[in-house]
Amino acid sequence: MKAFAALYAALDETTKTNEKVEALTRYFAVAMPDDAAWALFFLSGRSLKRLISAPKLRSWAVQAAGLPDWLFDESYDAVGDTAETIALLLPPSGAVSDVPLHTWIEQRIVPLRTLTEDDQRVALLAAWSELDGQQRFVFNKLITGSFRVGVSQLLLIRALAAVSKIHNEVIAHRLMGTWEPTPAFYAQLIAQETSDADLSRPYPFFLAYPLEEAAAPFGALSDWQVEWKWDGIRSQIIQRSGQSAIWSRGEELITERFPELLDMAQHLPAGTVIDGEILPWQNGEVMTFAQLQRRINLKKLGKKILSEVPIIFMAYDLLEWAGVDWREQPLDARRAQLSALVDTLSDPRLLLSPIVESDSWEALAIRRDEGHERHVEGLMVKRRTSPYRVGRQRGDWWKWKVNPFTIDAVLIYAQRGTGKRASLYTDYTFGVWDGDKLVPFAKAYSGLSDAEIRQVDNFVRHNTVEKFGPVRTVKAELVFELAFEGIQRSTRHKSGIAVRFPRILRWRSDKPIAEADSLETIRALLPPEKV
Amino acid sequence: MGKDLDRGRFILTDLLRLSDSGLYCEAGDFYIDPWQPVDRAVITHAHGDHARSGSRAYLASQEGDLLLRARVGSADTLFQMVTYGEVVMMNGVRVSLHPAGHIRGSAQVRVEHGGEVWVVSGDYKRESDPTCTPFEVVRCDTFISESTFGLPIYRWPPSADVFSAINTWWRANQDAGKASIIYGYALGKAQRLLMGVDPSIGPIFTHGAVERLNREYREGGVPLPATTYAGSVTGRADWSKALIVAPPSAHATPWMRKFGTVSTGFASGWMRIRGARRQRSVDRGFVLSDHVDWPSLLQTISETGAQRVWVTHGYTSIVSRWLTEHGIESRVIETRFAGETEESLANDGSDSNDAGELGTPA
Repeated sequence: MKAFAALYAALDETTKTNEKVEALTRYFAVAMPDDAAWALFFLSGRSLKRLISAPKLRSWAVQAAGLPDWLFDESYDAVGDTAETIALLLPPSGAVSDVPLHTWIEQRIVPLRTLTEDDQRVALLAAWSELDGQQRFVFNKLITGSFRVGVSQLLLIRALAAVSKIHNEVIAHRLMGTWEPTPAFYAQLIAQETSDADLSRPYPFFLAYPLEEAAAPFGALSDWQVEWKWDGIRSQIIQRSGQSAIWSRGEELITERFPELLDMAQHLPAGTVIDGEILPWQNGEVMTFAQLQRRINLKKLGKKILSEVPIIFMAYDLLEWAGVDWREQPLDARRAQLSALVDTLSDPRLLLSPIVESDSWEALAIRRDEGHERHVEGLMVKRRTSPYRVGRQRGDWWKWKVNPFTIDAVLIYAQRGTGKRASLYTDYTFGVWDGDKLVPFAKAYSGLSDAEIRQVDNFVRHNTVEKFGPVRTVKAELVFELAFEGIQRSTRHKSGIAVRFPRILRWRSDKPIAEADSLETIRALLPPEKV
Repeated sequence: MGKDLDRGRFILTDLLRLSDSGLYCEAGDFYIDPWQPVDRAVITHAHGDHARSGSRAYLASQEGDLLLRARVGSADTLFQMVTYGEVVMMNGVRVSLHPAGHIRGSAQVRVEHGGEVWVVSGDYKRESDPTCTPFEVVRCDTFISESTFGLPIYRWPPSADVFSAINTWWRANQDAGKASIIYGYALGKAQRLLMGVDPSIGPIFTHGAVERLNREYREGGVPLPATTYAGSVTGRADWSKALIVAPPSAHATPWMRKFGTVSTGFASGWMRIRGARRQRSVDRGFVLSDHVDWPSLLQTISETGAQRVWVTHGYTSIVSRWLTEHGIESRVIETRFAGETEESLANDGSDSNDAGELGTPA
């Protein structure tokens, strides 16, 4: 799989999207369909179920490298990635093979699952001896199910469009949903003629651009449709020829998880696709995301959870009607039809996202701030004449989020980061005052500049009070302003509070630790207790 | 063997011990690479964390004469430059310098007294490098070694392969109409790069810090290829065929802007790790180091025949533990060499200001 490993290296080496697209295009222009299908599978973020666990891989590698465990651990500590550590530690290989990617996967990797542990070990040692450093790294990633490369779906689509001379959006649509990495699928993906569309295939989601704080929007209020930005699971519900499917924005088929919505979907007229948000709903109001989270991961739904967290679909767009693609219609027309559909169906589980009325942008800005109490993320602002576009495009759909909560906290623990930050202490735990002690409150790792990261890393190395394995307790000195989106009670956290999407806003080098926030003041941000 | 800074518990017969100012030889009354001004200092090489100003007298290698004088000392400072192998007596202690192969003029310090031989390695590498005399194994009883890359993940590819990759990258950049900027320490790495690339590929330019040191290398007889100081080019120019050699501190600064579309590369042993490559946000990492890798470190220790090894400057506790587990008496001595840590690469021992000007050092 030399070509695939070389592609990975080329993608890894550059931060420029044009160069990534070029590297992808070069690969797909010459790759055989068998290899191309698998390459596409992995590059688009899909993975084989983990075939060999990392600990097993590690122990066989340690043997093969002839090193003591502690030395492997120290090496891993510096590298931050098992697959890479192993690739670096194994002795240089002899003859290097160039077996095609699909052969490696279908004949050497997938069958690992069926082998005994001893045979797995033998197979791995053999594989490692045939692969050079770069290929070993990719191989290790593939067998542990942790292959990731900095390539967005969009770039893949651009490359495939360049190779096949087919429009980006057609490729995007053909890639949605589930597919098998077969040469037949790949051939059909880049074929000029479209065969029958897969009945359950969703449309690419249209995504909003964030509205910058100070920007005065958009001229006449009457040109725009304003709604709440719902905090649930963005999804499409599809009903075609009597078959229903529910797709999440992350392209997961989640039909089984929401039987109430499946039941509702069966009553939709054939050839309907609606876009909206799955929400937990009770007494005419949306519940918190935390409640929805209780349902998300459950495969088996008992009566208790179904009644405690009822689900509805808040529809805000119509993509297909009577089997016809309606995306080119202006938003006004799509909404009119959607509204009629919701009325006709008259099902309490299907709601139409209400329009937020206002007579000025200033008044809207104030309504936006109601977001926290209403358990929504802010407002959505959509141009009424716009079609339903593909992906994130500027101009027609904007998200206007509420301001996050902010607090000041003290850096108390630090750990090495992973991947590109494995050599630096970038995984921070922040504490706030509980009486005269600092208790851990939130972890965050993003928000600082590279220079600041190095300065904090330096501080950590010179101000460690204690070490617990990889975690260092540091002298309480540095104060940071943290932002987070949501806050709720939690029995799983020492502080009794869990926050959503914590990140660092700024380093408050002007503040002494005494001025950091306390648990008491933070508790004031919590929503009122439900009886 | 603990890794705490251990000044008080040295055995009185130790020929060298760690003091507040660095490695000190009591019998000879001199220091090696002291980090504070002292009376007599023996210097392994001219990098800033080893060669500091303010001492009254310096002993160093003849090969590194110009480089050291440019960095330390004032009008009153005494310099004694010796050739490799030449013995100097200091209060009855035999002191001699031997090639370390790290950068031009770098030396190991051999100290002999009372039937014992100690060698301080300074920074060293085993790979050949046309800018300096290659490392020479010196047999000794106690070896004090650096351990900058003292982990088995650090294994260097042959430098010929690395230079081949750099040349290929340079050519590819030319085809794409991009200037090639390659980063490396101004003192040592930059000159090694210049000697390793193929100058027929295109014109080579330098950042001020590098060009200043190039002068001294040329005066010392190293046949560097022709280079032009980048700052001497005024007005608009087509940089797209050029290779520009600069210190790491120049990356992502305004200095870079004049070159237009560029591809950046970083030549350093740290580039062996993907995380380090990505953290630096350069396009390419080239694994080229002026320090020993793990296999060479262990091989060198073995070749010295030393039964005691003190480890400094890097992954000290790891190397020390490995040696102990393999029957070699070993301890860690914590020195204050910032050495080649990731962040110290920003202070790359050059005297340049950010504008990359040629000027004379302060």
